Order: sequence, then C-alpha cells, then structure tokens
Amino acid sequence: MNTAQLADISRLKRINPEIFSRPLPERLRDWGMWIAFLGTFAFGLWWIDASPMRIINGLNKLSMLVVLMIPPWPGDGLWDYARAMLETLAMAFLGTVVAAVIAVPLGFLGAKNIVPNWLFHFSIRRFFDAFRGIDGLVWALIFVSAVGLGPFAGVLAIAVGDVMVLGKLFAEAIENVDKRPVDGVRASGGGGLHVMRLGVFPQVFPVMMSHVLYFFESNVRSATILGIVGAGGIGLQLSDRMRINNWQEAAFIILLILVTVSIIDAISRRIRAKLT
Amino acid sequence: MSTLTPTNGRLSSTTREERLLSFEGRYRQQQFTRRNWTLLYGALFLAALIGSIAASGFSIPGLIKGLPMAWNYIAGTLPTLTIENFWGDLANWYWGLRFWTRLLVETILMGFVGTVLGGVLALVLCFPASRNLVENTAIYFAARRALEFCRTVPELVFALIFVFAFGLGPFAGVLAIAVHTAGSLGKLFAEVNENVDPRPIEGVRASGGNWPMVMRLGVVPQALPNYASYLLLRLEINVRGASALGLVGAGGIGQDLYVAIRQFEYTDISAIMLLLILTTSVIDIICETIRHRLIGHDLAASA
Repeated sequence: MNTAQLADISRLKRINPEIFSRPLPERLRDWGMWIAFLGTFAFGLWWIDASPMRIINGLNKLSMLVVLMIPPWPGDGLWDYARAMLETLAMAFLGTVVAAVIAVPLGFLGAKNIVPNWLFHFSIRRFFDAFRGIDGLVWALIFVSAVGLGPFAGVLAIAVGDVMVLGKLFAEAIENVDKRPVDGVRASGGGGLHVMRLGVFPQVFPVMMSHVLYFFESNVRSATILGIVGAGGIGLQLSDRMRINNWQEAAFIILLILVTVSIIDAISRRIRAKLT
Repeated sequence: MSTLTPTNGRLSSTTREERLLSFEGRYRQQQFTRRNWTLLYGALFLAALIGSIAASGFSIPGLIKGLPMAWNYIAGTLPTLTIENFWGDLANWYWGLRFWTRLLVETILMGFVGTVLGGVLALVLCFPASRNLVENTAIYFAARRALEFCRTVPELVFALIFVFAFGLGPFAGVLAIAVHTAGSLGKLFAEVNENVDPRPIEGVRASGGNWPMVMRLGVVPQALPNYASYLLLRLEINVRGASALGLVGAGGIGQDLYVAIRQFEYTDISAIMLLLILTTSVIDIICETIRHRLIGHDLAASA
C-alpha cells in the first residue's frame, strides 16, 4: 500500500472516527457478551468432564463399535424387525390421529375470534405452551408405568405430547380465517352451519391437515425411540440388540429407521405441497 | 385472458338454457372427480387406521380400561397441599429442590454446550452443502448426505451409542445433542446460504478472494442474523431434548426423573415435571425475545 493511500486513510479517520471504530460502551458490551458466552461454554465443558484423555479413549471405543457394526446384518430377526417397524408406524399414526381429534375442539376454545375473553385466551395459550416443555419420551415412561408395557402406552404418549401443540396451531389457523368468505355465505342466506361448512372449513382444513401431516412425520421419528423405555415398536429391538452387544443387528435396525423415516418424509412432503 | 364478446364463439349462437345446461354438466363432472378423490383419501385413511389399530393392539375396551388408570396415576402424582400448612407442604413436596436445581443447571448446560458444538460443526458443513457455493457436485452430495445422516438418526440412538463409548454421564449426552444439532442446523444454514444475494460473493471473488474468504466476507455477513435465530430456536429444542437424555444414562434431570418414575415416588414426578415446564418456558421466552430482536417476526412462523 503506498503512502498516498495511507495518508488518505488517516485523514478520513480524523474526519469521521465513528466509521472506523464504534463507541467504547458498545464495544465493551460486545466484549462482555463474548466473555460471558465463552465463560459459560468453558464452564459447561468443565462440568461435563470433557478432558482430552476421555475424548481420545472414547473415540477409540467408538471406532471399535463402528468396526463391529460393519457389515449391518439382520441376522434371523428380519421378520421381527419388520413387524416392530409396522408397530412403530401404527403408534405414530394412531397417536397423531387421537391428538388431532382432541385438538380440534381445543383449537376452537383457544381461538381469539371464537372465545373473545382475553384472560381465558391468554391462560389457555400459556397452558398449551407449558405442555411442550415435557419431552415425548418422558410421557412414554409415565404411561408405561400407568398402563403397562406395549404400544398402547406409546400411542398415549404421542397423543398427550402433541395434543396441546396441535391445539395451539389449530387455534392460530382458526384466528387467521379470512372474514370475507364467511360474510359472503351469510349474505347469500346461509345459516350457522352453512357458515362453518362453506366459509370457515375450506380455509381451515388444508392448514390443519398440513400441520397434522407434519406432526405425523415427526412422530414417526420419535416413535422409533419410544421402545427404549418399553413403549413398543422398533426402539425396543434396538436397545435390546445394543444391550447384548449385537452391533451388526443394531446397525441394521438404525439403517431400517433411516430408510423408513426418509420414505415417510418424502410421501408426507409431497402431500403437504399439494395441500397448500 | 379470454376475449369473449357476445358476437364470437358459441355464446351468441346458444340459448340461455343450453349454456346453463353445459355449465351444470361441467359442474357436476368436477364435483364427481372431487368426490372420488375425497373418497379415495378417506378409504386410504380408514385402511391405515384399521391397520394401525390391528398392529398396535389399540382397542376401545383397552382405552376405557387404560384411561382411568392413566388418570389415577397422574392424579396420584399431585401432592396434598393444604391451606393451613401451605409452606410446609410445599417444602415437603420440593424436598429435593437443591439437588434438582443442580441437575436442572446440568440439563441447561448440556443443551447449551451441545448447541454450540453442533452449531460450529453445522457452520463448517453448511458451505459445502449449499448448491450455489460449490461447483463440485461430489462434495455437495457428500456434505448433504452427512447432514442427513446426523439429522435422521434419533438423538437418543446417538446417546445410547455414546454412552457405550464414552461412559455414563452428561458428556455422552452433549455429544449426542451436538451431532443431531449439526445435522438439522447444517441443513437450515445451507438453506439460508442458498438464498443470499450473489453480488457480494462476486465482488469478493473479483477482488481476488479465495474460497474461504468468499464465504467469510461474501456469505456470512448476510446470513449471520438468520444463523443466530436458528441457533436460538435449536437451543430451546435441545434443552427440552436434554431432559430426556437422562433416561438412557446420559446426564441431566432425566436421570432423577427416571428413578422417581421407576420407584413410584409419585410426588417427586410432578415436582420435577413442574420444574422442567417452568425452566423450558423461561428459556423459550428469553430465546423468543432475542430472536425477535435479531430478526423480524416472520421467521418465527416459518421455522
């Protein structure tokens, strides 16, 4: 860089310093935030005991496991896995359907334009939100204790975990209904039922269906692991194979999960694209 | 655009009745095809429903028997709080508060560290996984598949494997969260990258920047607010997820919840679950506020 340019730069710096450096308080705030962030991160690493020795040892063991997994092989359990996978899909499907059916009236209750009381609206929305805080696996564990081992507990866990979130999404869909078709039906002499069927339903239904399909997709993913706590499906097979150190079959089950989830995703995405 | 006027085409030569008739014919035909589609979807749905009821052993008598059991269980977890001795009862219910707080902090830390590690990994992988930033299709393909793998294998399966390799405790959980986060964030980041304005990229390239420089100076400044927003969204999800990882021995509050459920310590279950709900709600609200500050309200809906 030659001297003429350097002189130019120093002249510009003198004239408008704010372009070249931000005010001190702002910089201090940014530095403080970075230090807090890195400090928390370092503290977290210390807490979880992430020492280099442990990482190296673990990676060694991990590579051993990976070697043990190759090649993935179903053994003689292929038929069992297929049935368990079917059970998983059935759990996800039933759980989603039950959740959706219960969520429809909840959605109407939570919609501002149906129940205009703001206090009620606010508290029911918070209530919907609160349920999201519990992971599906925790519900599964609870329902296994309550109704016993098996896919029924899994269906209940999925349904209970989803119903509140779906209720909230449905309420939002109902709130976003365009008033003009409703007015149109009423203006041409339609009664309350006509308004619902011809004014509200065609607007709300595709949105709800799209949400439900999306939830089905994510429920298939979560249903694959519910078996680990005894709620039926492929997860039980997987944790069993891991427990007895049969890594080839475990790898095969993981691949089976991957393929199934991808297929369901592709189908559901196609239907959702058609809906909206 | 139709340019029908009363003098051209069929309209002038047909009578009103004929036009009405042809309209009704077409209307009926359309209704017919639509009804057929609805029937087909309905039949598919019913078949799936019956199939899954058969496969999962779900039955109405079972439901009628099972639901009260589930309800009794949930009602059983609720503590007895009396007005006369409210604080005493509350202290009784939350007898393990100090211990649980420690585990909650561990859960949040697991979520945080896992998100940061996963975010760094996602940041590295998202550039080769963006169609507009790499010419080599093999690299693009490999990066995409790697992200897909990390995303599709459930977090808990990673946790199970890592518990075997790295031993019990939060370390395995953090790794599981990090791998899964890398997969899902990497995909979202790559989508952000694919929507950036190409002009700054060309600018950096024209002034002689190599590939890393193009990424750093041409892409990152445009995409950074979206990255941060997705990262915060993921943090919320991961703190929730971290609470479940304890069930397979990967640290956090889930471990104690597991013990409470398995040993039928009813009131402990409700106490821990309430704590969890409170914590995740607070984190949700904080993250949402920061996200709305970083970026308009529009992203929250689509994310």
